[in-house]
Amino acid sequence: MKATGQTWPWRILLAVILIGMAAAIWGAAKTIDYEWRWYRVPQYFFYEAEDLKKAPFDSVVSAIEKKNTTTAVTLTSESGEKAVLEIDSDSLKVDAQDELFMGDTVGLTSHWKMGPLMTGMWTTIWISFISGVLGLIIGLATGLARISKNYTVSGLAIAYIEFIRGTPLLVQIFIAYFFVGTVFNLSRNVAGIGALALFAGAYVAEIVRAGIQSISRGQMEAARSLGMTVPQAMLDVILPQALKRILPPLSGQFISLIKDSSLVSVIAITDLTKSGREIITSTFATFEVWLVVAAMYLVITSVLSQLVFYMERRFAVSD
Amino acid sequence: MIRAENVKRIFTGRGVTVRAVDGVSTQVAKGEVVVVIGPSGSGKSTFLRCINGLEIFDSGHIYIDGVDLADKKTNLNKIRAEVGMVFQQFNLFPHKTVIENLTLAQIRVRKRSREVAEIKARQLLTKVGISEKEQEYPSRLSGGQQQRVAIARALAMDPKIMLFDEPTSALDPEMVGEVLDVMKQLAREGMTMVVVTHEMGFAREVADRVIFMDQGKVVEVGTPEHFFTSPQEERTKLFLKQVL
Repeated sequence: MKATGQTWPWRILLAVILIGMAAAIWGAAKTIDYEWRWYRVPQYFFYEAEDLKKAPFDSVVSAIEKKNTTTAVTLTSESGEKAVLEIDSDSLKVDAQDELFMGDTVGLTSHWKMGPLMTGMWTTIWISFISGVLGLIIGLATGLARISKNYTVSGLAIAYIEFIRGTPLLVQIFIAYFFVGTVFNLSRNVAGIGALALFAGAYVAEIVRAGIQSISRGQMEAARSLGMTVPQAMLDVILPQALKRILPPLSGQFISLIKDSSLVSVIAITDLTKSGREIITSTFATFEVWLVVAAMYLVITSVLSQLVFYMERRFAVSD
Repeated sequence: MIRAENVKRIFTGRGVTVRAVDGVSTQVAKGEVVVVIGPSGSGKSTFLRCINGLEIFDSGHIYIDGVDLADKKTNLNKIRAEVGMVFQQFNLFPHKTVIENLTLAQIRVRKRSREVAEIKARQLLTKVGISEKEQEYPSRLSGGQQQRVAIARALAMDPKIMLFDEPTSALDPEMVGEVLDVMKQLAREGMTMVVVTHEMGFAREVADRVIFMDQGKVVEVGTPEHFFTSPQEERTKLFLKQVL
């Protein structure tokens, strides 16, 4: 056998195993009595919203001007007041010279809107992004404090890290919203993002500390021997090298953060998970919706891992 | 230029006390090349690191151009910028290219503009004979080339003194020569140098004075001639017999 063996038999085996697993799940799903209603799902991504156009005052339809898809309806009141309403042509409900009362429907305009799945995903993305950025800043500061020679500073950092890592995130979110949020009058978004950021920060701090300590002492000594101060050496020499090394565990932490952000649904933030639950209450399409929600989380996290993979290759030029 | 008075550096921990530098006094004049030799663990590297304040000594005084390092008011960063140091493990910045390695401290510490710093860097890279590698990362260079870059990096700060901490010990034998040649050239140009090394040939050829240290103490001081032909102390004779 050659050292560089053919890979295609193994690829085929992998495909066979994956297809087999999918078939097994499919078969198992067939045995239960469940009516799949996939057709109900798309409307929760995007739907056509209809906007009713009503007469603003008692009036007579004085002119109807048809364009391609829209129609301009001109209304004139007894006192000569005029109003022009733009509506979709196929929704026209009035004829010329019709007398209308205030509030009568003239027609409607429709446009595509994001459904709850999309708005929920957007909420998940921006909550994760903001708490991720804050968590990175907190983690960087805490990681540096953790290795400080000052006992007070490092002691504070250790206390924070231990408290956060030793308690469940769900409990922290409840504390942040019901206790801290009540004391300082915080909105649910602030409390949720704050809890997530503090949670991520504690883990990032440990990653940062390990990263800095993995850089050989000689690097700091070389920088100091050139007359650089400790902050200068940290910023220009130690942290750039540490960052490159901690990128893989850091990206794992941010992927966790995206998934953990589903817990903020318990304080009524309408993220992807809560949107899913709400859709289920109105459709009873439990299986379909959870499978779709899982797939949407997977999309967000794989985009992030691809991004990190790309960054890792960029950083690798100095190896 | 350098005056050390009764310098002590004592490590304690886990019930063990190591007197790494135990009362060293010496002087180095401007333009002088002093080579420090001695068995490993004799405290010669620790003493060298005390000279630029990388190692904080416990008692005694070291004066650089009359400034006392032991004085709490002394700005050690300022001293370090005047005292170049070359390490056994090169310690180049691996995430920066060769020329960035040379310009970083010039820009940050000496507050030179990038253009001025790069001109200086190119001059020095030409001097140490690796001008064609300025855009490479250190990992692409051989050990000898890395150490020459490290020397150029220290020189870019226009130091008054250069310290060398076993600069050739981590090199493959065939690369020792190229680094020693750069150091000899520096010595000829009148740089004040303190060199910790096991290269007896270099000591004999370049040193103005040789210091032999053992167990944290200076055992014998003399010219290379005196040292390699008629050493006085028993421990010096024993050491030389082992290494020559």
